[in-house]
Amino acid sequence: MLKSRQELKDLREKCERAAKDEVRKILVCSGTGCVASGATDVYDRFKGLLAQLKIPCSVSFIEDGHGVGLKRSGCQALCEKGVLVRVEPEGYLYTKVGVDDCESIVRETIEQGRHVERLAYRDNLGGLCKRVDDIPFFKKQLRLVLENCGNIDAESFLEYLSVGGYSSFEKALFDMEPQAVIEEIAESRLRGRGGGGFPTGTKWRQVARQDLFPKYVVCNGDEGDPGAFMDCSIMEGDPHRMLEGMLIAGRAVGASEGYIYVRAEYPLAVRRLRKAIADLEANGLSGEDILGSGFSFRFRLNRGAGAFVCGEGSALTASIEGKRGFPRVKPPRTVEHGLFDKPTVLNNVETFANVTVIIGRGADFYKKIGTESSPGTKAFSITGNIENTGLIEVPLGMTLKEVIYDVGGGMKGGKRFKAVQIGGPSGACLTEAHFDLPLDFDSLAKAGAMIGSGGLVVADEDTCLVELARFFMNFTQRESCGKCVPCREGTKRMLMILERIVSGNGRPTDLDNLLDLAGTIKATALCGLGKTAPSPVISTITNFREEYLAHIMDKRCPAHSCEKLKKYYIEPELCKGCSKCQKLCPSNAISGKVKETYSIDQFVCSRCGACVPGCKFMAIKEAW
Amino acid sequence: MADHMTIDNIPVEIGSERNILELIRKAGIELPTFCYYTELSIHGACRMCLVENERGGLEAACSEPPRPGHKVWTNTERLRKYRKNILELLLANHNRDCTVCNKSGDCRLQALALRFGIRNVRYINTSYTPDPDESSASISIDRSKCILCGDCIRVCNEIQNVGAIDFAFRGSGMKVQTAFGVPVAESPCVGCGQCSAVCPTGAISVKNSIEAVWNDLLDRDTFVSVQIAPAVRVAIGRQMGLEDGTNSLGLIAASLKRMGFGKVFDTTLGADLTVEEESREFLRHMERPHKLPLFTSCCPAWINFAEKRHPDLLPNISTCKSPMQMFGALVKESYRKNGKRHVHVAVMPCTAKKHEAIRPQFSRGGVPYVDHVLSTQELIRMIQQSGQQFDRLEPEAVDTPYGIVTGAGVIFGVTGGVTEAVLRALSPDGSNATISEMAMAGERGMQGLKEFEVGYKGATVRIAVVSGLGNAGRLVDDIKAGRKAFDFVEVMACPGGCVSGAGQPYVPMGVKEARAKGLYSVDKLLSYKRSSDNPLLEGLYEGILKGREHELLHVSYLPEEGA
Repeated sequence: MLKSRQELKDLREKCERAAKDEVRKILVCSGTGCVASGATDVYDRFKGLLAQLKIPCSVSFIEDGHGVGLKRSGCQALCEKGVLVRVEPEGYLYTKVGVDDCESIVRETIEQGRHVERLAYRDNLGGLCKRVDDIPFFKKQLRLVLENCGNIDAESFLEYLSVGGYSSFEKALFDMEPQAVIEEIAESRLRGRGGGGFPTGTKWRQVARQDLFPKYVVCNGDEGDPGAFMDCSIMEGDPHRMLEGMLIAGRAVGASEGYIYVRAEYPLAVRRLRKAIADLEANGLSGEDILGSGFSFRFRLNRGAGAFVCGEGSALTASIEGKRGFPRVKPPRTVEHGLFDKPTVLNNVETFANVTVIIGRGADFYKKIGTESSPGTKAFSITGNIENTGLIEVPLGMTLKEVIYDVGGGMKGGKRFKAVQIGGPSGACLTEAHFDLPLDFDSLAKAGAMIGSGGLVVADEDTCLVELARFFMNFTQRESCGKCVPCREGTKRMLMILERIVSGNGRPTDLDNLLDLAGTIKATALCGLGKTAPSPVISTITNFREEYLAHIMDKRCPAHSCEKLKKYYIEPELCKGCSKCQKLCPSNAISGKVKETYSIDQFVCSRCGACVPGCKFMAIKEAW
Repeated sequence: MADHMTIDNIPVEIGSERNILELIRKAGIELPTFCYYTELSIHGACRMCLVENERGGLEAACSEPPRPGHKVWTNTERLRKYRKNILELLLANHNRDCTVCNKSGDCRLQALALRFGIRNVRYINTSYTPDPDESSASISIDRSKCILCGDCIRVCNEIQNVGAIDFAFRGSGMKVQTAFGVPVAESPCVGCGQCSAVCPTGAISVKNSIEAVWNDLLDRDTFVSVQIAPAVRVAIGRQMGLEDGTNSLGLIAASLKRMGFGKVFDTTLGADLTVEEESREFLRHMERPHKLPLFTSCCPAWINFAEKRHPDLLPNISTCKSPMQMFGALVKESYRKNGKRHVHVAVMPCTAKKHEAIRPQFSRGGVPYVDHVLSTQELIRMIQQSGQQFDRLEPEAVDTPYGIVTGAGVIFGVTGGVTEAVLRALSPDGSNATISEMAMAGERGMQGLKEFEVGYKGATVRIAVVSGLGNAGRLVDDIKAGRKAFDFVEVMACPGGCVSGAGQPYVPMGVKEARAKGLYSVDKLLSYKRSSDNPLLEGLYEGILKGREHELLHVSYLPEEGA
């Protein structure tokens, strides 16, 4: 239990020394991806091996500050190649490590400092990348928020201290007035990383100047976009950085309670946050009169029950209060009437993690990164038909092309780039024409897109964008809370039209109706999620109108992706009239006479393809 | 100079309006809404009340507070388009059997579709196959007509605090339903019907007995009598071209007689009997040491609420039957030997009365004292169906032998009325001065909770008058927790009493006050102010009721005695 600033400083110094004393570190990636690939077994295997070989190993780190540190790290960002294991100080990165590979890593690298080549990462040209720094994926990244993620044991409070943890909070608590903390954040021009990009400093000021108590700090960890896992990685990989940001916010606005709302689908994040909060309480960094400063702050953790809409501020606070997750009309806004109708600072995970960086290194340092109006970095999760999928962090303002080609490594399998969906189901589809678009809040807004929480789904030439729009509309329609008419009924109708189009039943009026509905929903929906729900449709129609028309007018899918638009026909020259296809067809779509040519009735055919493998003469062909 | 806002280029002075919507309506523009009621919390879900501001942005008028200098437009090209689209979306998911709908002609969706000229719905109809929940005796719920505005939920939770229904599921699968989807009769629903009063469509409607009544009326071998509750006479004016709060008992009586009712009575006599019985019971209650007050028993929704939520209070509820049931028992007994099959109908402002009428406590030999309960709205429909021009009728008196009533009985129809009637009964004399003084004791007014004390024979009587079940529930909690103590508590389930009953045509609060005023003017015009002064009572107590007061005028809701 730390009782004063000095005690915290002493403990931190001790941790820093102990970390330096470690001869070697084995960082077993224990993000959700790698855990799914078997990281827990790998970790246990290492632990067993080190014990067997009597190699001093410091799992519990402080008591025995030397030897080999074996750590469960946060996400190391190349999730596809998991289980990832990194050995420091060499910096060797091993990919796809199985339980059986542990012994060779211990024998070669730990005991002798030699590299195990067969486990190394290879870039898309087959080039060997021994170290993390050699991998192009990391070269253009700037890891600020994620700097600890993957480099320290994610479950250890002491490890966080060893990298300067809680020094920002210490500074905010003892060296700065609350007002000065807010001004520092305002000066940094930090903008909320949850999607809207609202200036954080302004928000804090609005909460601080109200006389209503208690005030609350709420952290939005309900990251629900399909394909987004930035906040997940922070909560799993460096939970203390986010908690530290919340403590700073509490100090700045005069709040004494912090609620963290995490989706229940992130069990690992929940477990690590619980552990982190318990560690803070045990060490006196949360509770009454923290470090004798007179400032009190407690954390509470709430798990969301899996509703996308609960990522919307007022629905989230309603959910914490035990009510139905409905967004409510504004005004009054959350800063005035937030959680339990009290003034509330509501920011997302990444924003709080940024706060820790800004207070620690100063607004001037921070402003130099990124662009004038959007300083700092942004974490993106990059997925889809791209070479390197995973978690990235880049300075805001980097162009789309740089992100896709320099960081993402370009398109997978040499395919052509077609589009990228940015900002999840609320975002928009960008094309090659946007390659030079800087990724920052304002430029994206101008292009009709948004950063959202930072999902990037890359589509290649084989992706049908009508289908992509249908996919996202299906998502928003299912996740609509149902409160307001335009979102509840409008997205349902949009989805019905899109489903009709991809199944070959589109009508000439469909595009007009889609745009009419989209315009109405965008203008009239109650909350941000509803207002942005039509964005994927609007942007794909704007950029890929011909593709829609091909589906609607010609019943053709140019990307050869919509199964229902595939046609089967029998090549008359190849057909021997054996009648096998006719027997195989479950829909009775094939007719003909034995020893003559058979044919498929396109109106009856259900496009199941059951006939194709049955034809010994390869006479049944696909057409798009 | 006062602050102004500009609405459609016209400056409008900002008063105490809570939002732009109220200001716009003050300016005489009927902004369309589905989910806005002044009494309920702001929901903001229908999006019909959006207005356009100077920057071209849209604001929900229901949630935006008025700001000086702010400019909005209520009927721009965009707004028209969006409103039409929203209506079209609602209609696409709505069972459009409008011509045969219970609410046809009184449906807001229908009215707005007409107003905005929706002539074509581009989308296929995806409404539910109609499968109404008919389990309740008071209301029926037809999901195929629900537009999910949530008005019913908010009135049930916020005003009545009954909490029988809420939203379940999400997105387009969202439904209004009881917990776990049980039939509404098995839910905490008390049948107050306030949900049906606010429902803009036919999704929740009052159970309809019109056909059954016509069948009996037109049957030559059946004698049909009818009683009319006090609050009905002041509530039908509006739809009949009369002023709000006009006493139209004479017209109603004339109309009912023309329809073929053999005898037309005024429930007020039942109320006079109730006052007599209840004041005696109250005196006995005051003589005994008591911790809990005597609660009134006139309101059937309150009885249901007490049974479902506070069964421990049942011994403290007056054993008096409601005026309708006292009168029903009296009439059925009076005509028992008349030879014909006798059907007795009650015209009530209430939906819960429909349930009260079928309770086994209120029957003799399996025959109910009241066979059919018609709501005021059903009465209006029957008048329309019969083709009578209501305002051209010649008013007629109600029938003997029960034609004399007192003012005390009439004011039962408004919150505080029962209390005032009991106070009059306890007053030393029936002089006008005493009666006027009594009116000032604190029982009058439409507020939900009135607490006051009066002196009686040297003692202080602590009285609470509460209306709206939300207020009643909170008061009961306070009493149970010992935070408050009373000797007498009058409870009416509907806010404002029976004038606001869910069987009445729905009107805003101001009109409900006009109805209350109407009842007090009826009281003023009646010669007898105290129930005990009613000259009929002596004959009744000496005659038909003699030795049978308990059987005919009292009831027990206690589980072991009741059914």
